[in-house]
Parts: sequence; structure tokens; C-alpha cells
Amino acid sequence: MREITYAQAINEALTEEMRKDSNVVCLGEDIGVIGGNFGVTKGLQNEFGKERVRDTPITEDAIVGLSLGASLVGLRPVAEIMFSTFLSSCMEQILNQVATIRYMSGGQCTIPLVIRTANSLGRSGAAQHSGRTEAWIMHTPGIKVVIPSTPYDAKGLLKTAIRDQNPVIFFEHAIAYYGVKGPVPEEEYTIPFGVADIKRPGKDLTIIAYSMMVKKALEAADILAEDGIDAEVIDPRTLTPLDMETIINSVKKTHRAVVASEESETAGVCAEIGYRISKEAFDYLDMPVERVATADVPVPFSPSLEEYMMANTEDIVAAAKRLMG
Amino acid sequence: MKLNKGKFSEIFESLLRIRRFEEKAIDIFSAGKIPGFIHSYIGEEAIAVGVCSALEPTDQITGTHRGHGHCLAKGMKMDRMMAELYGKATGYNKGKGGSMHIADFSMGVLGCNGIVAGGIGMATGAAWGHQILKNNRVVACFFGDGAMNRGTFHESVNVASIWSLPIVYVVEANGWGISCSTEDSIHITDLSERAKSYGIPGVNLDGCDVLAVHEAAQAAIARARSGQGPSLLICNALRMRGHEEGDPQKYRSKKDIQKAKDNDPVTRFRSYLLENEILSKEEVKEIEDRIEIDVNAAVQFADESPYPDPVEAMADMFVVED
Repeated sequence: MREITYAQAINEALTEEMRKDSNVVCLGEDIGVIGGNFGVTKGLQNEFGKERVRDTPITEDAIVGLSLGASLVGLRPVAEIMFSTFLSSCMEQILNQVATIRYMSGGQCTIPLVIRTANSLGRSGAAQHSGRTEAWIMHTPGIKVVIPSTPYDAKGLLKTAIRDQNPVIFFEHAIAYYGVKGPVPEEEYTIPFGVADIKRPGKDLTIIAYSMMVKKALEAADILAEDGIDAEVIDPRTLTPLDMETIINSVKKTHRAVVASEESETAGVCAEIGYRISKEAFDYLDMPVERVATADVPVPFSPSLEEYMMANTEDIVAAAKRLMG
Repeated sequence: MKLNKGKFSEIFESLLRIRRFEEKAIDIFSAGKIPGFIHSYIGEEAIAVGVCSALEPTDQITGTHRGHGHCLAKGMKMDRMMAELYGKATGYNKGKGGSMHIADFSMGVLGCNGIVAGGIGMATGAAWGHQILKNNRVVACFFGDGAMNRGTFHESVNVASIWSLPIVYVVEANGWGISCSTEDSIHITDLSERAKSYGIPGVNLDGCDVLAVHEAAQAAIARARSGQGPSLLICNALRMRGHEEGDPQKYRSKKDIQKAKDNDPVTRFRSYLLENEILSKEEVKEIEDRIEIDVNAAVQFADESPYPDPVEAMADMFVVED
């Protein structure tokens, strides 16, 4: 099978869905003429025109408001918020409007909108350009959270997101765009939400990881294998809905779990998944669930500082070894 | 301005429906039958009515936390609105929104909004959608002068102006943002001057004169519909009551409150109709009697309606697809 980049996979999903449905429109900062800050939307404006691939001013709050309103009158907007830290500039619209309007209206409307945004830890972006903000949204009822790790998953899940009748925030990763390549079939496919993927089967312990942490978890599994430890790596792929069944089934088999994420350690996705494992598989656990995440400080600029505070492959290996005694 | 008798009558009826609905809702709230809180639209009726009477049925609006008037002016029914205020299952939002969030998408009411300026973004987005879909619809977006200081106002109006979106921004300049006066919030006295910074028309209006609002709205709506972009209508009308029911308004002078009462838009329009012999006393009375029946029926409907089944709390968040 051909191999393409994560960025190319997202581009293909957008292109195919825009060809299929004239109600799909894209908007965001720099997405049209230059094809996006990360080049993900290259070629779209040439093919679909300036109205359907709309460059906006620097106006995150309006980008979300525009998307919400347009979705209420029959369009399927796909907004790009350049960095996931910039979600902070439109959080009122996301939390109080996008997430609530359908529910508060008693189900009168549908909100088929997607907000694509990029996590970006590990690029010397410093604290304002190194987002891992998925927990903010996972904490908000009313929005689906998708966070793919591979080109295959990114393409299939983005197509599902665009077709979904509900609001979706789609977390991409700036390092993955051109740093992750993988097999993607030429033919049409979609991936349903709420179905985790076992990225590596194993029997001794379960590593739950998503986004760029999947790559690190797989590297850690290779290192652990050298010591005879057979790790299973599970990527939930979507955080809302979250496929706990696959995770719990794995933990029942391995009796040990590491939850790994690039997010800040406190009050995050790892804590949620860790709690649910402890609750639902308590009798099967040989050890408490381990958490591998990034230190609770703003992300520093200098590479050596950032490397120090980030969750890395070695941290996953160390956590796994603690579990294996 | 030239309107036929039927239109005058319709405008008067709409004003009075809002007034009587609000008075009744306040009574019931004071009696403890309505949970949460109520922001009355009393004193600002001419704005919603003036604008909505100039819209087509397929046009859309967004309202505010002080939004009962917007809903009624756009044609929503008193009974399901009252039931929503009660939190009953028969309310427009099935009891999930309450006073501040009443919506009826089928009537083009995209919802009132509990966040000051919160609805401006979606109203602008709806207008963008109509532009793309080329369906000739216009959106009227209501908000208070307090919302003009929030970022959402600026971001939305800016985009609407550069993209020439079919929307009319209607400011209900009622003098107060809870306890903070407009004077202490905005450094200019003619709020319509803000339109200049977006290169769009701005009009400063007597928001207690329903015909003045109607006329200005007609022009702004026609402009929006013909693709010339948004307008900013500043409708000045003092709040006749507190920010919410139960607000003792200690921050406000008696003179300011009296000024609002002296300029009551419903009284003014009733006098206008009678003095100009557009409607007779009997015709006015007939309208008043009809509304009284409707208001009482709405209360009875709300009183007799069931509360939602508690498990309904878990429904309506996502569209569940098969």
C-alpha cells in the first residue's frame, strides 16, 4: 500500500468530503492562499474557490461563531484553529455556545461542525505554541474529541467527523504532519468514533497512548521487548466517545496499565482513563495504574528545557518497568 | 410612515403581547413558581417589535438573556414560552433552557443567549451561511450596549463588514449593564459612531418609538438582503425595571427610572394610534381583551403541564445516529 504523510491524509479527507458534499466549507487563518500555516489545506482553494475555502482575519472567536451559525442553517463548516493553544481565544464560543445550543434548545438543531486544530509539543514553541488542550474539551459535555496518531486514522476519522451531525474538535499534531508517514489505501474508507485501535498486541502490560505518544509508546514497547516484556499498545483515537471496553479487556488480560499523554499531568485525560481502569478492572490489577505525562509547568522554549519536562519514550519504559517490578 | 391599518394593529398587538407576558411572568416569578431568574423586557418592546415586524417569516434572529420580547415579536407562542419559564416538558426547549435560552428554530429564532454578546457569533455565522446558500435570508441580531464592549461583538461585526454579510446588528441601548452605566462603560455618547470603524452604516434611534425602529430596520434589512452588508442600529430605550426581577436598583437614581417610565413605548404607541385615529378605543380594547385571554391561557397551560421526566436530563446532547 502507498505511504503518505499525516498532513496529506488530512488534505485528502478534506478534498474528498468537499467533492462529495457542496455544503462542506472550510474557514480559518491562512488556509486558502497559502494552504495553511502547516500546509494541510494546500490546493483546496484552487479546486473549490474562495467562498468555500475562506481565509479569515485573525479572529478565532468569530471563526467558531461563524462555524456554529453556518452549521445551524445547513452547512458543514470545517474550521482551522492554527494551534490548539489558540482555542483559548474562542473558548466562550466553544464551551457556552457550540457545546450547549443543541441541548439547551431541547434538541431542536444539529451542529455538524468540525474544528481542526494542532497540538504542538516538542517544537520549541514555548508555552503559547505548544498546546495539548484536549482535556479542556474532553471535560466539556456536548463536543466530540478526536485525536488520531497515524495518517490512516487521521483520514478515516476526519471523514467521519465531517459527516457527523455533532460538533467535533479534531486534534492534529504539528510534528506528525510531516514527521509521521504511514499506509493509507487509495479507496474510500471511514473509521467510526469510539473504537480504539490495538497498535501492538502484547500480554504483559497495557500502554494506553494517543496522538504523538503512540509513536513513543511503540518505541517503548520495542525497548521493553528486549527485556522480554511484551507490551500491548492501545490508541483510543477518540476521547469522546471513549472506548473503555477495549482498554478494560486488555487490562484484564495484562493486569498492568500505563496511561501516557503529552498533556500536563494534573487533572487530565490520563487521570480520567486511569480512574476508569481502577474502577472497572480493580480486581484484575496487580499494580496501581501508572501515569506518564508532561510536568506541570508552562512549556519552556529552549530544547533542553522542553525535553526535560516532556513525557518521553524513556518515561514510558521506566513506568512499565516499575509495574513489572 | 406609510403603513396600512392592519400593520399598525399588528405592531400594537405585538407590543402589548410582550408587555402583558412580561407582567404576568413577573407576578408568577414573585409567587415562586418560576425557577432561576427573569430579566424583563419591559420598556424595550418597541425594539424587538420594530425590527421583527420588518422581517420576512423565513428571516432569523438571535436574542439575549432579556429575550422574551424577541421570541414573541418573531411570532413564538405565549403558552410554550411560559411553560419553558416554568421548566415544564411542554416548553419550547423541553425545560432545558429556561427564560434566558428560549429558541424555536422553526420560527427562525436561533435562540436567546445567557452570555452577553454570546449570540452575535452564531448570528453572523447564520448570515454567512445564507450568503453561501444564496437563499435571500437576513439575520437580525439583538444585544445590549453592554455587549458592544465584548470581543465577540468586534470580531463578528468586523467579519460581517468585510464579507458584506446579510445581517442587522440591533443594539438595545438601555443605559445599564446590570449596575454599570453606559456612561461608565463607553467613552462616546453616540454609540452609532462605532459603525464608522467597520465602514458600515450606524443609526442612532429613539428605541421607544416603534415606528422609527421599524423604518430604520426596513432600510437596514433591505440593504442586507440586497448584498450591501450589515448595519448597526442603536436603539435607545431605558430599562423600566431592574436588571433582573428582585434587583433593588440601588445604583440608579429615581429620576432615571422615572425617565424610563415617562417614555413607555407601549403607552406612547397606544396614544399615537388613538390620537391619529388609526385605531378606535373599542378596537384597542378588543386587542387588549384578546391578549388577556391568551396570557391567562398561557399560564394555565404552564400550570397544568407536566415537569419533564428526570431521565430526560440525559437526552438531546448529541444526535444519536443509527
